[in-house]
Amino acid sequence: MDLLIAIFQGIIIASTPLVLAAVGELVVEKSGVLNLGVEGMMIVGAVTSFIITYETGSHFLGLTAAIISAGLVASLFGLLTQYLLSNQVATGLALTLFGLGLASLIGQTYSGISLDTFPILDVYLLTEIPIIGSLLFNFDYLVYLSIIIVVSVYYFLNKTKFGLVLTAIGDNHDSAHSLGYSVKMVRLFAIIFGGSCAGLGGAYLSLVQTPMWVENMTAGRGWIALAIVVFSVWRPLWVLVGAYVFGGITIIQLHVQAFGVNIGAQYMSMMPYLVTIVVLVFISMNKNRLAVNAPNCLNRLFTSDL
Amino acid sequence: MFKLQKKEIIDQSSLYTVPLIAIGCSLIFVFILFLLIGKNPILAIFIIFIEPLLSIFGLSELIVKSTPLIIIALGLSIGFRAGVWNIGAEGQYTIGALFGGAAILAFYPNNGIWILPLSFFIAIVGGILWGMIPAFFKARFNTNEILVSLMLTYVATLLLSGMVYGPLKNPDGFNFPESRLFHDSGTLPIIFPGTRAHIGFLIAIILVGLMYYLLKKHKFGYHVRVSGESPRALVFSGRSTNYMVYLSFIISGAFAGLAGVIEVSGPVGQLVPAIPVGYGFTAIIVAFLGRLNPLGIFFAGFLLALTYIGGEAAQIRLGLPNAITGVFQGVLLFSLLAAEAFTNYTISLKKIRGNI
Repeated sequence: MDLLIAIFQGIIIASTPLVLAAVGELVVEKSGVLNLGVEGMMIVGAVTSFIITYETGSHFLGLTAAIISAGLVASLFGLLTQYLLSNQVATGLALTLFGLGLASLIGQTYSGISLDTFPILDVYLLTEIPIIGSLLFNFDYLVYLSIIIVVSVYYFLNKTKFGLVLTAIGDNHDSAHSLGYSVKMVRLFAIIFGGSCAGLGGAYLSLVQTPMWVENMTAGRGWIALAIVVFSVWRPLWVLVGAYVFGGITIIQLHVQAFGVNIGAQYMSMMPYLVTIVVLVFISMNKNRLAVNAPNCLNRLFTSDL
Repeated sequence: MFKLQKKEIIDQSSLYTVPLIAIGCSLIFVFILFLLIGKNPILAIFIIFIEPLLSIFGLSELIVKSTPLIIIALGLSIGFRAGVWNIGAEGQYTIGALFGGAAILAFYPNNGIWILPLSFFIAIVGGILWGMIPAFFKARFNTNEILVSLMLTYVATLLLSGMVYGPLKNPDGFNFPESRLFHDSGTLPIIFPGTRAHIGFLIAIILVGLMYYLLKKHKFGYHVRVSGESPRALVFSGRSTNYMVYLSFIISGAFAGLAGVIEVSGPVGQLVPAIPVGYGFTAIIVAFLGRLNPLGIFFAGFLLALTYIGGEAAQIRLGLPNAITGVFQGVLLFSLLAAEAFTNYTISLKKIRGNI
């Protein structure tokens, strides 16, 4: 039982950065923009939050730094793609390469230092309940925040006027423009929101998951977050399902290794990536569901003036 | 605000001006960056960008490092022209290195000049097979080729590591995770004695010429151009859009696989887990900086190779972090994409209309 609880907790902690990064990217893609720079924004968030937390001793300031810094590099992507009409795929890649380099540069002297563990949200009495307490009320507050963000994004996209405008812009930017909505401004805000979420996801890695700074510590999670958006077929609540499935594979794979199953560690570590490919293929086989939910203008140039 | 209007005819001189402007902007950026971290910027820029050009050692290393970059970028440029995004060249490169390296090891300790050509062929087949996975899913189910090719890069790196820790480990190597050193028949000849510059560079030059010919003079180049500009027109010219997906991945996979085997049979000389060092990603920048043009890619390959060598020199001499190279490369691609806006569009200032 203890082992099962530990596995469950491990899955939630492994998945939370994916939830945060993926739900941010979902909003970006819903507005019709493909930002492949998630990995770069995550790592920038990871390094800045680590440095600020280490220097000030405040987790809160660290998280704020992650949100701001990743939002800033995202806005660079936004300016280039929206106002200078650069190619979104190439610009996203540039963002990833730039972010990885920048993070290694500014994090160089912090390599290997570790931080105090992130506090667990202690809900009075609830945490004490046997089993359920450890399953539901034994996490840091970012876990709950990530779920709140997902539900809020669901509400925002489906039930508010702004959300519907954003979806409309992603589906047909020319019509939305004719109706008088500022396509570029909305997209820029979506891009900055996506960046901040990715930054928060990165901060979760360097503050909570392994409270230390390691070069290239995102290790492809930004790309898996992009895959989760496709897995969710652009439906916010499904981001949770997707992220927990991927987190689950990562953790279970580790436990299988620990049980001494006689397969090379390298082959087990391939599992999350292979499963991602299989899932992407299965999702893309269902054309109807994609047609209904995928933003039509994803990765299409909008050239009209402001 | 301002208005961007697509130019009907793009000035041919932009082929040179855009990369030069981008390089200039990136240099200004690193200049400021050096000031911020308290290093003499002029000395640092001299050490990174000029000094390697002044010694035989620097020049020969430039040849060594630019070879894989040029070859991979040539292959990628075909897909990028056609709007097919192979981001996983790093994976195809790794598989090429693994397949080619395994073939060389399989013939140890036999001698013969046929060993290298055969292992090159096997490496190219490996690169193509690895590239065919995203291409097949893209063509069959329209699965996102960017994500699939990228995921396969991680798989390839792990596969190489698994092999080097397992069946390909040097039996006399005290359990170190590396293969046997390749014997002479499995090593590329050196062009300039006393350096690491090998004949792989000549292969790169031949491929630049071949690609230049194919794109300029052959029907193949016409299909590539048409499919990028208008997929429908490609169908009218008698090819399906899937044709271009497969072709792009076959070419880029083959080139990346070739670059992989050249690297292991050239400067590395054995299989180690650290063969993938990011050439496949840097080659994306090379392809764009070279404006997807074979000759441009040749020069861009040299510049990016220079950032690797200069970056290492600056690390040793000035204690600058190696990550400077990555930052410079990222900024270079950003500047390049921004500079493109000024050549593909005319920009005019105008008053904001009432209705935003």
